Amino acid sequence: MSSTDHVKTLKIDGRDCSARAGETILDVARENNIPILRLCELEGLSTVGACRLCLVEIKGARKLLPACATAVDEGMEVTTNSERLQSYRRMIVEMLFTEGNHVCSVCVSNGHCELQAMAQTLGITHMHLPYRYPKKQVDASHERFVLDHNRCILCTRCVRVCDEIEGAHTWDVMGRGIDSKVITDLNQPWGSSESCTGCGKCVHVCPTGALFEKGRSVAEMEKRRQFLPYLTLMREERQ
Amino acid sequence: MTPEELEEIRQNELEAQQSVPQRIHVCVAAGCLSCQSEAVKDALTREVDHRGLGGRCKVKGVGCMGLCSEGPLVSTHSGQLYQHVTAADAGKIIDSLDAAPVSRLAISTDIPFFERQKKIVLENSGTIDPERIEEYIAQNGYRALMRALTEMTPQEVIAEITASGLRGRGGAGYPTGLKWGTVAKAPGAQKFVVCNADEGDPGAFMDRSVLESDPHRVIEGMLIAAYAVGASEGYIYVRAEYPLAIKRLKTAIRQAERLGLLGADICGTGFKLRIDLRLGAGAFVCGEETALIASIEGKRGTPRSRPPYPAMAGLLGQPTLINNVETFANVPPILRNGSAWYAQIGTEKSKGTKVFALAGRVRNTGLVEVPMGISLREIVFDIGGGIPDGKQFKAVQTGGPSGGCLPAEALDMPVEYESLAQAGSIMGSGGMIVMDESSCMVDVARYFMDFCMTESCGKCIPCRVGTYQMHRILTAITEMTATEQDLKLMEELCDLVKNTSLCGLGQSAPNPVLSTLKYFLDEYKAHVHEHRCLAGVCQEKATV
Amino acid sequence: MSKKKLATVWLDGCSGCHMSFLDMDERLIDLADKVDLVYSPLVDRKDFPPDVDIALVEGAVSSEEDLHKIQLVRSRTRLLVSFGDCAVTANVPAMRNPFPVQAVYRRAYEENVTLTPGIPDQVIPRLLPFARPVHEVVNVDVFVPGCPPSADTIYYALTELLEGRRPELSAKTRFGA
Repeated sequence: MSSTDHVKTLKIDGRDCSARAGETILDVARENNIPILRLCELEGLSTVGACRLCLVEIKGARKLLPACATAVDEGMEVTTNSERLQSYRRMIVEMLFTEGNHVCSVCVSNGHCELQAMAQTLGITHMHLPYRYPKKQVDASHERFVLDHNRCILCTRCVRVCDEIEGAHTWDVMGRGIDSKVITDLNQPWGSSESCTGCGKCVHVCPTGALFEKGRSVAEMEKRRQFLPYLTLMREERQ
Repeated sequence: MTPEELEEIRQNELEAQQSVPQRIHVCVAAGCLSCQSEAVKDALTREVDHRGLGGRCKVKGVGCMGLCSEGPLVSTHSGQLYQHVTAADAGKIIDSLDAAPVSRLAISTDIPFFERQKKIVLENSGTIDPERIEEYIAQNGYRALMRALTEMTPQEVIAEITASGLRGRGGAGYPTGLKWGTVAKAPGAQKFVVCNADEGDPGAFMDRSVLESDPHRVIEGMLIAAYAVGASEGYIYVRAEYPLAIKRLKTAIRQAERLGLLGADICGTGFKLRIDLRLGAGAFVCGEETALIASIEGKRGTPRSRPPYPAMAGLLGQPTLINNVETFANVPPILRNGSAWYAQIGTEKSKGTKVFALAGRVRNTGLVEVPMGISLREIVFDIGGGIPDGKQFKAVQTGGPSGGCLPAEALDMPVEYESLAQAGSIMGSGGMIVMDESSCMVDVARYFMDFCMTESCGKCIPCRVGTYQMHRILTAITEMTATEQDLKLMEELCDLVKNTSLCGLGQSAPNPVLSTLKYFLDEYKAHVHEHRCLAGVCQEKATV
Repeated sequence: MSKKKLATVWLDGCSGCHMSFLDMDERLIDLADKVDLVYSPLVDRKDFPPDVDIALVEGAVSSEEDLHKIQLVRSRTRLLVSFGDCAVTANVPAMRNPFPVQAVYRRAYEENVTLTPGIPDQVIPRLLPFARPVHEVVNVDVFVPGCPPSADTIYYALTELLEGRRPELSAKTRFGA
């Protein structure tokens, strides 16, 4: 096998980068400190390519492709931040803000929220999509945690971390389209879930204030993510 | 089963059929069944028994004859076709077998509806009993499989399909031979063939009709495909809303297994294929191949990012061939008659025929099969018989919620994958809805957006929220409350949803809006600026 | 050079943005050299004057009074600034939006009241079905998010506007800031 089978060279935003075969564009961008926005992707969890924020332009490709789910190829030329991509990203983030009920000022995650930070990064100062104001529930039945559907952006990180890392699969998604929501067990109150181990991983991977610890007030909920790459590393070593 | 044994079954069946000089066919596909054709068949059978004609006359249920709007349909061995038959007509029809046709019920078969069609996929529909494998074999059924297994290598089969120019009939038109070749070459210990029978477009019933009228044809197509790509397990993913198709498929699978045409060591060649049914639970998105695979695996039916394509990593991560019902149904005749025969039908890039479910404001609604390259005008006005009640044609919608509405100017366009796409619609799976001046195109677009919004799986943001936002604006337009700014926003949303959605459902969801904006902008403007619906549909709604 | 006419308006909000405005402290004196505060909850004028150059609007549009007021403000103002999260996003006032207006009234005037409960039918302006951001009702020229925007942000935004420039705010403030 020649070395070109293992190592690929490509250009991201005009910069020459090298990559291992099988790495994604996002992996390589991260290695080279090229920022690519994303909400559903989280290092250590499987890739779903659902938020579409990491879409990039690839020279010669007919469609935009998600950086998180697209493997690098020899000679690829990737553009991550064209005006077109940025305007799509702004609109997608607006879609999230207007879909739920996101009230940053009174949110436990104010100041520590990935969605809020992303709006600022993208220079969003207001929504030009109208708000939906859906009626959504809050599940505070768990003794330590709360689920606030108003702030959920359906990134499914909680679903994946619970299934892939904790192995409990307490979380899943039910319903269709705009009425989709995350559920615990078979749509039972979280507090009555028999599969939940109470480990709290879901809370800490949640990018917004949708999942938080009880007793936290406005802006007090900081999420700790360091455990994920560490857990993944330890698992790989054991194998 | 050997070729000789197959031929013997064929000969026996043909002799048995010819020993009965008079035959009456009653359509028992879903359309006619729903207007009591079963009762017609029972009445005819009783009448034959009552008159003691058992040895001379046979009544049998057959598949779809196409002219669904005029059902229940009955035909006789002499080719006479009857429409709107009721059980009370049984005696008259038996009387007519030796006399003149019953003029009250007779319908001429030399009208364009029948004459302009070219039947390949539907060649047996309406003539054979879908619940008897012998009748399929009598029409040269399973001969193509036999030929593939005994005379051809898998590579030769793929070459033959490639040479025929057959393209996927599910909508996108991907070259079938190329797909088969990819699956064949993909490394994997276990490969799968999957038949996509999750037909879900509003107004579409092509696949349903094929499954109800000639299920063995699909099974034979799957067998040939499995042989070509090296698969040993197959699934037919069929919607649970098609109970009759499911029943007939189950019967067909059992019959094929009994004759050794399906299962282990098929025809003594060592080739094996097991086919299982999987029932869809009513989600449109499960027609998308990766969502379909997830559903077969028992997971929530949501699509995933491609690549990798199912041809490389599909069901259980193994190479998987997914074709639509109609695609598989085209395979046996191609192998029987040769790729050259098939390739001379149609146009340069779109070969063969296409089955359409003709519905809406057109005289002859039903199932038609036409050669590719025929014009929309011929389908709507010749075969379809034009618009009833003296109304004016306005638009024809192809491709369901992923397709578009084409105006009168597009009527002379040939029906082929590229030209339809260029005009802003798609070939789609074959739904074709004709609209006249009484349809409001904004309302039509709103209807399709409602469909997409309800059927979006919710996984990716652009489709989940975009379809909702577009539907909101379309509703506002029909309620005369939208502004010019809303129109601009909708164009922005169309662009975003089309280019950033994860799967085909979202990527094509704006098509009905884009095509109506392109061809019927005046209707949008009238709603927004003059608070007026040119078709009078929306005002009516507002006053209700 | 004549001074610019500045107005501040208080719709459905907590007046925190106005407090933050006052937090500009000594810079208010600099501002006073450049603008006349012609209308504001902070000054004594009762009706909104014509020919206003800049209007800072705090709060969401929640009631019939708000709606009437914002339309008047828009018609008499050159540069309308959505001032703070309630004006920009409808923020906390919008938290009633998933509920029907009658349920909101009952909660406020009956369920939570011990002394003479009852929904008032006079004096209190009627609520609109939804509390809405200002730009969904009238055109807005500049957006200053924040709950509240900091005094620095306000000062920066105002001085930029007075210089005839568009303030670039995304680095200085955000929703919920």
